[in-house]
Amino acid sequence: MTEIKVSEFPIKDSDLNELANELAGSKKNSKVGETGQVKGKYGKYGGQYVPEVLMPALKELEEGYEQYKNDPEFLAELDHYLQEFAGRKTPLYFARNLSKKYGSKIYLKREDLVHGGAHKLNNAIGQALLAKYMGKTRLIAETGAGQHGTATAMAGANLGFETVVYMGAKDVKRQQMNAYRMELMGTEVKPVETGSKTLKDAINEAFRDWVTNIENTHYLIGSVVGPHPYPVIVRDFQSVIGREVKEQILQKEGHMPDSIIACAGGGSNAMGIFHPFVGNKEVKLIAVEAGGKALKCTEKAALHSACLCAGEEGILHGARTKVLQDKNGQILESESISAGLDYSGVGPELAYLSESGRVTARYATDNEALEAFHELSRLEGIIPALESSHALAYLKKASEAGELGEVVVVNLSGRGDKDLETVLSLRGGI
Amino acid sequence: MERQKISEKFSELRERKEGALICYIMAGDPSTEGTCAVVKALVDGGADIIELGFPFSDPVADGPTIQVAGQRALAAGLDTQRYFELVKALEVRIPLVCMTYYNPVFRYGVEKFVEHAADSGISGLIVPDIPVEEAADLKNSCDKHGVDLIFLVAPTTTEERIRKILERGSGFLYLVSRLGVTGAREDVSSSTRELLSRIETELPKAVGFGISTGKQAEEVRKAGADAVIVGSAFVRIIEEGKEVSERLEALARELKSGITRAS
Repeated sequence: MTEIKVSEFPIKDSDLNELANELAGSKKNSKVGETGQVKGKYGKYGGQYVPEVLMPALKELEEGYEQYKNDPEFLAELDHYLQEFAGRKTPLYFARNLSKKYGSKIYLKREDLVHGGAHKLNNAIGQALLAKYMGKTRLIAETGAGQHGTATAMAGANLGFETVVYMGAKDVKRQQMNAYRMELMGTEVKPVETGSKTLKDAINEAFRDWVTNIENTHYLIGSVVGPHPYPVIVRDFQSVIGREVKEQILQKEGHMPDSIIACAGGGSNAMGIFHPFVGNKEVKLIAVEAGGKALKCTEKAALHSACLCAGEEGILHGARTKVLQDKNGQILESESISAGLDYSGVGPELAYLSESGRVTARYATDNEALEAFHELSRLEGIIPALESSHALAYLKKASEAGELGEVVVVNLSGRGDKDLETVLSLRGGI
Repeated sequence: MERQKISEKFSELRERKEGALICYIMAGDPSTEGTCAVVKALVDGGADIIELGFPFSDPVADGPTIQVAGQRALAAGLDTQRYFELVKALEVRIPLVCMTYYNPVFRYGVEKFVEHAADSGISGLIVPDIPVEEAADLKNSCDKHGVDLIFLVAPTTTEERIRKILERGSGFLYLVSRLGVTGAREDVSSSTRELLSRIETELPKAVGFGISTGKQAEEVRKAGADAVIVGSAFVRIIEEGKEVSERLEALARELKSGITRAS
């Protein structure tokens, strides 16, 4: 097993600072990641829009993270868990048959091989360890389909936490196996009956729990969303993906890739693979959102989850970002065949990078993702998660448009075993 | 109808050495017409200030009682414009306070929201998901239109933050009596006492979250509160839908007499 270089963690914000300053021109209000007045802001996005009772908890978390992110003991332990428990480093796999089909060299970053079947554990184990160093005894988390809940359950069981996962009642019904998986590992799964009974309501409920139990509890957010410092913490823990890719692609190709493609719901796998490349401007970064049925909204709900492509500026779950909302500022329910992308908001840093032009936002519809799901299964013998299938679906579109580039990396963020029931139930539908 | 400002109400009560009862209800729950009757019942029962909630789909600071009330109001067709029309039409002299979340304000336009709130006779604004650090735009608009911006203080709030909050807040200071979300509870926690005693300010101190009986209101007033805020207990009566006006008035009267007993 190749050693993960401790010294490379955490990610330096210098590249991003440079970019932000460049984009902001003479304006001095866009420094990213620096301490001081604009800490936790990405241009106008980010911030801390939370009830007063949470402000001290966020400060405590920020201070805890600052203290331990450079602590050799913490980093050595994190490395140990990433290697021995999560199974890193993951391969950067050259997809020969897929490459042949699209006429580019296509590499897959195999996050589907991480323990649990998705990239989610990178963050869960990092935050759980941080919580342990900070003296917390209880973990809470939200989950949509159950991937982040499962990762939290794994980390919680392994590190000896009392663990509670909030899951929308609708999702509990749809994902009974995942709920059971969490329970097997000693996690209490609490169905959320309020609101739309899906992911955003699970997040609301987790916040309420945290407000009530902040003294002994760490809220382990699963994506690069929420109030500062969460978008930074989750991004840093997920950036192990991009750091490995950088090293691997240089070994294999001797130069940077032309483009990196990742699916984006909240945006954790996208920020994780993009972040180490933000300063490498020759690398095109493409975030593929869930186009659902169509990029349209009814009065009460969106038919998609594409906040970067079709959302508007707003405040949700503690951050200013792009959200799906109606004209009165009520948050719309989102829709996608892939539960992991089905969210009405997106990480503030990703909103910023997309608006500044550094990240290109695209979308794939449910049907396009399904097609890509089948294609990868047949061509490479790898069943991708429906989330990751959105990133794969972009290969076809980009190749038709002639914008794929010569060397392409796709983040295969998870495996598709969890989606078989969904796909089976739709068979004949495409 | 000319309405009192929050500061006028408190100085009037101070002269009489009386504590204030602040009643929260969700506007438009269960209907816009119903809200007029609800407000009248509360005023008849002795409410000194009324907080009118404007619903948000994702209210992280509220418990289930108020979240569901918001869903009912939205389902009944309440939107920002109708909210302001409703507030304007209410025939009350006591101060009205708008409580909502930042996204509806932001989406409508911060300046425009505050301006329309002022025009409709709102004298104070509570936005529980905007800490002082993020409130500059809102504060400027409130100052411009003469609307009090009311901040919350929690048992976890540090001295440094209390200072910042006191610099920027006006109207009254909203003390969260315990950790957690809104919702009626049995006990009034000792953290209320502690919080009341450690904050020194000229601003009236109003205690909320978890108060539902005259006895609790009396205790909170005795502990040094200038006002008692009650929400979920009223919202629950509206939710149950039986003899609503009578019960609202009776509960308001019970709370107010508890406060008065302690004064």
